[in-house]
Amino acid sequence: MKHLHANAIALKTIVVKETLRFARIWIQTVLPPMITMSLYFIIFGGLIGSRIGEMEGIRYMDFIVPGLIMMAVITNAYSNVVSSFFSAKFQHHIEEMLVSPIPNSLIIIGFIGGGLLRGLTVGVAVTLVSLLFSPLAVHNLAVTLSVVLLTAILFSLAGLINGVFARTFDDIAIVPTFVLTPLTYLGGVFYSISLLPEFWQHVSLINPILYMVNAFRYGLLGVSDMNLWISYAIIIGFIIALYLFALYLMNKGYGIRK
Amino acid sequence: MTCALALRKLTKTYNHSLHALKGIDLEVQAGDFFALLGPNGAGKSTAIGIIASLINKSAGQVLIFGHDLDHELNAAKRCIGLVPQEFNFNNFEPVLEIVVNSGGYHGIPYKEACRRAEKYLKQLDLWERRKDIARNLSGGMKRRLMIARALVHEPQLLILDEPTAGVDIEIRRSMWDFLRTINREGRTIILTTHYLEEAENLCRNIAIIDHGEIIENTHMKGLLSKLSMETFVLDLARPLHEELSLPGHTLRRIDDMTLEVDIAKQTGLNQLFIDLTQKGVQVLSLRNKTNRLEQLFMNMVEESRAA
Ligand SMILES: Nc1ncnc2c1ncn2[C@@H]1O[C@H](COP(=O)(O)OP(=O)(O)OP(=O)(O)O)[C@@H](O)[C@H]1O
Ligand SMILES: [Mg+2]
Repeated sequence: MKHLHANAIALKTIVVKETLRFARIWIQTVLPPMITMSLYFIIFGGLIGSRIGEMEGIRYMDFIVPGLIMMAVITNAYSNVVSSFFSAKFQHHIEEMLVSPIPNSLIIIGFIGGGLLRGLTVGVAVTLVSLLFSPLAVHNLAVTLSVVLLTAILFSLAGLINGVFARTFDDIAIVPTFVLTPLTYLGGVFYSISLLPEFWQHVSLINPILYMVNAFRYGLLGVSDMNLWISYAIIIGFIIALYLFALYLMNKGYGIRK
Repeated sequence: MTCALALRKLTKTYNHSLHALKGIDLEVQAGDFFALLGPNGAGKSTAIGIIASLINKSAGQVLIFGHDLDHELNAAKRCIGLVPQEFNFNNFEPVLEIVVNSGGYHGIPYKEACRRAEKYLKQLDLWERRKDIARNLSGGMKRRLMIARALVHEPQLLILDEPTAGVDIEIRRSMWDFLRTINREGRTIILTTHYLEEAENLCRNIAIIDHGEIIENTHMKGLLSKLSMETFVLDLARPLHEELSLPGHTLRRIDDMTLEVDIAKQTGLNQLFIDLTQKGVQVLSLRNKTNRLEQLFMNMVEESRAA
């Protein structure tokens, strides 16, 4: 392709710009999840966890670490892209990209790159915090890294789609509050679903976050409520579906072209 | 000659009801300096938005240097630099970064983008402010920032939507000089403006648009020659205390020291001076009253609305 080099430069420009955006305001982007997660570790893991004892044969503090890292990755990847895309739309500087010869697919990938890097940065930061409370065990490095990467991509895409549809600043908080947070809390961050009555175990299975948290927990601790391959299939399936939907919206110019 | 821009039956209807463009046809030749004039709400920004692919057209065809927007969108985009009517940069980004990033989006390597950003920011007198975030610039500086940003990929066609709105006279003149230079380098320029003086000063060709229709499309010179009458202002050497009437001339006494006179184009000024001298009136200086074009513009808009 003739414009491969130009496209590579354009993509790099977007990713660098997106990364600088959250890095410059790290006090608002990277620090808060470190503080929140410290509180979770102290309260749930330390104070309450010491009374719970073990979950699936693992010390409760150690059990919740993977879920909490995942929770931080999910919310940060999501909110990075939704707020960046929405404010680009709101302040109209998305037009800088729209008038340029960048394929829509690369605009999407550029924003995803920003969300991914924010998710991973926060993921690493929270992991460092967790070391104060729990020794880092890595059962399977490849699974750990691939799951966190794919999950960050998935929620970056979801954030982008939210940003495309959002019309006001309130709209960018609706999905995180009413969908993301409940699904994460119910996604096996704090408990094994084997604790639930059978009916609720079945209901839980429709929650995609459950698969991600468990796959990640498998990577770190070697235990999981779910089949690993089903988890991968679900994550990748969602990524493909969301990407195609985002591309469709961008090509149509939904919310960005009059 | 190649067409920098060709619009064919370009139509835009907002929300199924507001007909912003009613099938306009327009051609701008490569190398031209072209003015698009029209009252508020005429459809200028809509046309420009469609050309720059920020607005979806309802029907019709747009060709940029022969590239059809429907089939060769990215090739068309590479030819265009856009200075929109509304500020559309990230207010919190530093000036230099805004320009360099725009280069990046156009696939220009970082070092080269920096070099060009420096060149254009210097030419537009913004280099000193390159580290400021855009929000801290004045309105006129923000306009110039958008011009620098539009030039960083050195487009063949520069489109400016009211580039001098809210810009003081001095800066406006230096902006004019700058645009003339850009045009002389071979770049085609299309601009919209409400200042007719600006169009007259800069542009070779002009189209007037009103209510989504092109009502005039001609040479600037041709348009000016449509004026049969010209108005001159005469500054007098000695005060004139009463009305003066000269047969064959329409004179108005503005104050003791100033007269205004309407002269038919073909008549010339000689007879006027002969007659004035006979009356003992001495003229110190004479200037052309600059609102002629405005009058013409108003006439044309009114005529087209009446028709
Ligand atoms: N996004 C929009 N939705 C609905 N109507 C619109 C939209 N943008 C413009 N219009 C309408 O289209 C018509 C043309 O507007 P446009 O902005 O193209 O005018 P203009 O010639 O640029 O005017 P001005 O000199 O004030 O900038 C106006 O009636 C305007 O209200
Ligand atoms: Mg306008």
